[in-house]
Amino acid sequence: MRLSLGRWLLPVYAVLALIFLLVPIAYTFVFSFNDSVKSNIVWVGFTLDNWLDVCSAQGVCEAFGNSLLIGAAATLGATLLGTLVAIALVRYRFRGRSAINLLLFLPMATPEVVLGAGLAAQFLAASVAKGYATIIIAHVLFCLSFVVVTVKARVSSLDPALEEAGRDLYGSPAQVFWRVTFPLLLPGIVAAALLSFALSFDDFIITRFNNGAVETFPVWVYTAAARGVPAEANVIASAVFLLAIAIVIVSQLTTAARRRRLARS
Amino acid sequence: MAFAVFGPASGSPAGSTESAPRRRGTIALVLLLPGLAYLALFFLTPLISLLLTSLQAPVEFGDIGQYQTAFRVENYAKVIEDYWPHFLRAFGYAVAATVLALLIGYPLAYFIGVRLRRAPFLQALALTLVIAPFFISFLLRTLAWKQLMADDTPVVQFLKAVAILPPDGHLTGTAFSVIFGLTYNFIPFMTLPIYTTLERLDLRYLEAGSDLYASPATTFLRVTLPLSLPGIVSGTLLTFIPAAGDYINASSSFLGSASTTMIGNVIESNFIDLLNYPAAAALSVLLMGVILIVVGVYVRRSGTEDLV
Repeated sequence: MRLSLGRWLLPVYAVLALIFLLVPIAYTFVFSFNDSVKSNIVWVGFTLDNWLDVCSAQGVCEAFGNSLLIGAAATLGATLLGTLVAIALVRYRFRGRSAINLLLFLPMATPEVVLGAGLAAQFLAASVAKGYATIIIAHVLFCLSFVVVTVKARVSSLDPALEEAGRDLYGSPAQVFWRVTFPLLLPGIVAAALLSFALSFDDFIITRFNNGAVETFPVWVYTAAARGVPAEANVIASAVFLLAIAIVIVSQLTTAARRRRLARS
Repeated sequence: MAFAVFGPASGSPAGSTESAPRRRGTIALVLLLPGLAYLALFFLTPLISLLLTSLQAPVEFGDIGQYQTAFRVENYAKVIEDYWPHFLRAFGYAVAATVLALLIGYPLAYFIGVRLRRAPFLQALALTLVIAPFFISFLLRTLAWKQLMADDTPVVQFLKAVAILPPDGHLTGTAFSVIFGLTYNFIPFMTLPIYTTLERLDLRYLEAGSDLYASPATTFLRVTLPLSLPGIVSGTLLTFIPAAGDYINASSSFLGSASTTMIGNVIESNFIDLLNYPAAAALSVLLMGVILIVVGVYVRRSGTEDLV
């Protein structure tokens, strides 16, 4: 800190690192406006056609729809199962807790390619046909542990006195849960659901082993990559990016507003 | 925070529930059962399936992709003999990418978590930029780098002009481009857990360091670095594990070529293209085994003061 060199060296380094992180995003966005015919590699000229007629690339909108559907189903499953586990882990004492924690940690420490190949081997052994169901099963699996970790952090930050107050006021266990516990947990559950959806939507490595003939958006991009990805893929990725960033900004603004309101009262 | 997953267990349960009556054990069981049954059915059983598949033998006079239950331990010897370079490459690339991501991610996390503390707006903005790559498709951002490194781009032309790259050289399809892609893709995974530990760092410790006449470097090495160690451990694991098993960056449609294929690529091609399930399964079991050993040793060593 005493050196003036250190004063500007770190900010410059950090800003360069942030710019580095943004380069491919900017590239993808810019090339979504490229007036290219088939493969979107060389800049030809500016056009809005790709944005106005996204579905003109064969199969891309169907794949995008599949990704939304699978993402929604996987999010629902993983959030439900994971939230229950998180509540149990924080609020109840029982034997075998460390074994359960290990079981939840292991899927996160397993490379995705092993998770994907393992499920595929099991579906093969049980002669299960691959399709929507097998993709959703795989996605719930890798989202589950992340949901547990996210919701667990929220549950353990809750003051149990609030629930006790509910019980003291003669609330039934169901009333206490739905009127006190659940609303307090909701931000954690929403965060976990958003994380699950993002993980599911962008997964390729596990999906590749279990998709059968169903194409998700990443599978579509991977198949197209062999001959050149059309600009419509950039349009979809850019639109999803803008939407996600909007959600992040809105959630940060509401958190900041709530904090200010709390500080004032 | 989801990215602190490898850190110490967060928060201890409230004391008042410890003396809870016994029947609450039943509630806990009901809450746990669906999730645990799911993991048993779709995580543990598949691992056993992998183990069984890895020992299978081809059906005699059968078609490609037909295998039967057997105990062919030779499958393992065969895949190690065939694919040991891919193992070495996978772990070599993953270690290189982890080190590079740490060198980029740690200063970035320090800047956001410590220097920007008094500017909440800039801090939130910088954090949003760190996670921004998550929101653009993994495959497309990797393809973007491929196109930025293509042979006719200004960067490559410049490297050739100053003779860093030979006239017939390429950037894509090399170990450089694969490690570059892995590093880029996992920087957020490295930065976020380090940021969470540095953000909580009590700055009075650093003042105490300088009050005791420690140089900034000594204060950093003896105070800041040890205190941020849990973040470094989670960040390196969140980078190393997925990098070692990745098959996108090293694929020849993306940043790699035939000479950069990693273990993930071989598992993918054996399983999906060659229908050689026993080989793919044996490789998966070996990959999982090596990773568990590496992670176990690493976590144990970093838990003590050996790393500091």
